[in-house]
Amino acid sequence: MTPKDRMYTRTHEWVKVEDNEALVGITDHAQDSLGDITFIELPKIGSKLKKSGECGVIESVKAASDLYSPISGTVTDVNEALETTPEDVNTDPYGKGWIFKLNNINQNEIAELMDADAYEKFLESEE
Amino acid sequence: MSIIFQESVKGRKGTVLPESDVPVHHTIQSKYLRSEDAKLCELSELQVVRHFTALSRKNYGVDTNIYPLGSCTMKYNPKFNEKIAAMEGFASLHPLLPQLVGGGMLTQGALAVLFELERLLCEITGMDAYTLHPMAGAHGELTGMMIIAAYHKEKNNRKTEVLIPDEAHGTNPSSASIAGFQVTSIPTNENGILDIKALEETISEKTAAIMLTNPNTLGLFNPLIEKVAAIAHKYDAQLYYDGANLNAIMGKFRPGDALFDVMHVNLHKTFSTPHGGGGPGAGPVGVKKHLEQFLPVSRIIKRSDGTYALSYDFPKSIGYIAPFYGNFAICLRAYAYILTLGAKGLIEVSENAVLNANYVMHSLKDFYDVPYLRTCMHECVLSAKRQLENKVHAVDIAKALIDWGIHPPTIYFPLIVKEAMMIEPTETESKESLDYFIDAMKKIALLAKTDPQSLHQAPISTPVGRLDETKAVKDMDFCFQD
Amino acid sequence: MSYIANTDEQRREMLKVCGADSIEELFADIPQNLRPRSFNLPQGKSEPELINYFEKLARKNYFNLINFVGGGFYDHFIPAAIDALVSRSEFYTAYTPYQPELSQGTLQSIYEYQTGICRLTGLQVSNASLYDGGTALYEACQMAISATERRKIIVDGGVNPIYRRILHTYTANLSIELVEIPVSHGQSNRESLFSAFDDKTAAVILQNPNFFGVIDDHSDIVEKAHSFGMLAIQSVYPIAIAILKSPGEQGFDIATGEGQSLGIPLSFGGPYLGFMAATKKLARKMPGRIVARTVDVNGKEGFVLSLQAREQHIRREKATSNICSNEALCALRAHIYLSLLGKEGIKQVASLCADKAQYAKERIKAIAGVKVMESSPTFNEFVVKLPIDAGECVGKLIDYGFAAGFPLGRYYPDMNNYLLIAVTEKRTKYEIGELAEALEAVLCQ
Repeated sequence: MTPKDRMYTRTHEWVKVEDNEALVGITDHAQDSLGDITFIELPKIGSKLKKSGECGVIESVKAASDLYSPISGTVTDVNEALETTPEDVNTDPYGKGWIFKLNNINQNEIAELMDADAYEKFLESEE
Repeated sequence: MSIIFQESVKGRKGTVLPESDVPVHHTIQSKYLRSEDAKLCELSELQVVRHFTALSRKNYGVDTNIYPLGSCTMKYNPKFNEKIAAMEGFASLHPLLPQLVGGGMLTQGALAVLFELERLLCEITGMDAYTLHPMAGAHGELTGMMIIAAYHKEKNNRKTEVLIPDEAHGTNPSSASIAGFQVTSIPTNENGILDIKALEETISEKTAAIMLTNPNTLGLFNPLIEKVAAIAHKYDAQLYYDGANLNAIMGKFRPGDALFDVMHVNLHKTFSTPHGGGGPGAGPVGVKKHLEQFLPVSRIIKRSDGTYALSYDFPKSIGYIAPFYGNFAICLRAYAYILTLGAKGLIEVSENAVLNANYVMHSLKDFYDVPYLRTCMHECVLSAKRQLENKVHAVDIAKALIDWGIHPPTIYFPLIVKEAMMIEPTETESKESLDYFIDAMKKIALLAKTDPQSLHQAPISTPVGRLDETKAVKDMDFCFQD
Repeated sequence: MSYIANTDEQRREMLKVCGADSIEELFADIPQNLRPRSFNLPQGKSEPELINYFEKLARKNYFNLINFVGGGFYDHFIPAAIDALVSRSEFYTAYTPYQPELSQGTLQSIYEYQTGICRLTGLQVSNASLYDGGTALYEACQMAISATERRKIIVDGGVNPIYRRILHTYTANLSIELVEIPVSHGQSNRESLFSAFDDKTAAVILQNPNFFGVIDDHSDIVEKAHSFGMLAIQSVYPIAIAILKSPGEQGFDIATGEGQSLGIPLSFGGPYLGFMAATKKLARKMPGRIVARTVDVNGKEGFVLSLQAREQHIRREKATSNICSNEALCALRAHIYLSLLGKEGIKQVASLCADKAQYAKERIKAIAGVKVMESSPTFNEFVVKLPIDAGECVGKLIDYGFAAGFPLGRYYPDMNNYLLIAVTEKRTKYEIGELAEALEAVLCQ
């Protein structure tokens, strides 16, 4: 089920905000559509991302999906474990499969995101 | 079966060359030489022949059975064309010969082939001039995009964008991108045709070109093509025609007549040259008069005395996109094909290609979902949507066909159709061959309901079963280590 | 003759199933005003008629000249077994191996080809082929630009002028800077190269042997390039590197080249074979198809196209390249060639080329008025300076039955008296001697 403790984008990323920092990953729906994930091009630490800006790529055997930042901020950390075990994004997209961390986030942008219920409704409408 | 390097026996020699007949040795100093020999094979000729013979028997070609791969036009490759291409007078010609002395007099036969092929392509497609340099369809698309960029640069137009329908082949947007353009996608409407309204809303002063395939990748002909041309030309956007589907329309439609400015054809599709397991192909590009000056050099001209020559005297040319004159041996085969068929033969090709595709579609419409149930052209798109209810996907149907001894159609393309299966029988398939395919598809549709599990396990009759593609990407074993 | 099997009777049956009365009905979507304004092609001809026609055309080509022309494309011996094997229709009438279960033949042979290219170039990853050595060189530039995120490429003047023109055409509409550094006495000019290197440059491109036939060890240039965070690309002659230091050994990151010398006929310009190999680190940036070894559901070894997420059919406008069809059958020829000649054979070909070129140099050097450019070492191709226009000289030598070499004035306007002569293992002592005598005769006129 869609975790209630975070917000969602129309491009299927989730973001968990804590004060001025944010943790970002992709949703269960996204990992399921992609299939077995084989490689992740992670954002660069220190790069300044804009909301909805392209910041990485998630590759599976048959597809490649761009990663968009849900919120503006500066990248402070990336999940380097994904370099050797990209499948963590498939098995645990909301936990071990986190992708990157931001700080200095733009708090005003949080309101533009969907909460868990809104995201689930959005998924239904996409079918 | 072993990898060829595993069959090596130390000291064994294959092809032996004669001993040196000159009384001297080279004087290359050791600092320029390899420290260790390249670890290549050590096999006898018979070993090599057996190895590749065994490999060939694990393959499937047009000569094996029906190959209905949509968008690829897997038609029969005439053996006559192979014979012509192998003629010593063509095969052994060094490409620099016409550049050695003035006038190209050393290669009049070869230049004639290229020049006359260009003329024939002009007539078949309604264009004013051709270049045979592009070595594949995608290469032709890129060349076309470069010509368009040169055209706009010459007119001081600031054009940065190319519009491409969402059902287009992936080479379209990637070619436009490599030529330096931004790509914007135009949706297809519910009738399977380009959404004209969306086009009108998206096109602007910064649009350099619109790339179209007609019939499109859904196998449908856009009857409003003149309107699209008018919209494009209002903004001086050039109209590009992707000729991959030319097999549907020879003698029925010429892109040049319909105001397309530039196009490419695929010799390895429409013009019967073999696919070779993934190439070589050729993607000649045709243009209207206003773009002719930008064509790559060299170009072939015919002098008043009837002889042919190479000319580089085109100051606005985009330059070189290939080392020489294109994939000559491929062009030669296509030329032989066109001469064999003539006008009547080419028209028959399109008529039979379209009939065959419609026959397949109508025969299967009660068994598979047909997203756009209207007359298709040379290919039809079915969907495995119905079978999905039993958890059977397009890929399962494809793998099951393999156990029937049939190469699957294209699957998961075009991207806008869910569980797509794109079937292009081509004109060289007989009714019996089509019936065999249709029958297999019907049986598979039944199995999808009665025994879906058997489809998940397919294929079982091939040298290998379904392969672990995830492991392939993770291990990245691209080079044999012994 | 259109290779169509169906009879009118069968077509009638099929039309009934389609619910149409005539084939014309199936074309109803094409408006009448869009029908062809003309479709005037010659009438189709039969095989016997066309054989005559093509034989006449073939005879109009001077294919019997004894060939001393190179320039990156060489008249090498092609073993008969290659034609026999690639004309097996399971190879040449197959398409791209998208359905791996039906294409293990193609896939395994590509995997083996990739391995052969890696072993020859001394690098770790090869792709399944690109169109030719020139477009391959451009693709290598793109890899370097993508990997370093810099947009300047330094091109050594020894790189084939045809390839340099291709690079210019490809980059004309992009914000990529190409800087050319002329050679000095035929070899790469370290001083000029090093002063051009900086941390805004993506890569340096060198060629070995270079267009003038000159060979070099570029290890020092590679080291310098790496110190600036640049990549180093080498375009190579595959026969030559059977004995010359490989790109891998010199530290290059990417090697490309023209594979025509590996069992592919000259065929008036194509189809040819662009090969490319790189370090493992650059694998994901590689254009084109790549075959990987894996296992099937039963644990049996098999081969499959891999890393497809880079390619155009998935990545579309963000793909590493737009390449789709490549030169698969030519790559198969090259692989069979390398397998037939093998470890010793390929060295023998290379040594014969170099030995015979040395002999040619000595015979030609002895002609009064002719200077062989010898300040730098060469492999099988070398430059001579003639007392007359090289093009004129070559023209006269045609009458003696020779394609004597390539007049450099064609690409270098201030080198009209210079001729580039190539010697392969096919040239006999007798032919070389005859060339020297003919040259002497022409110069005496």
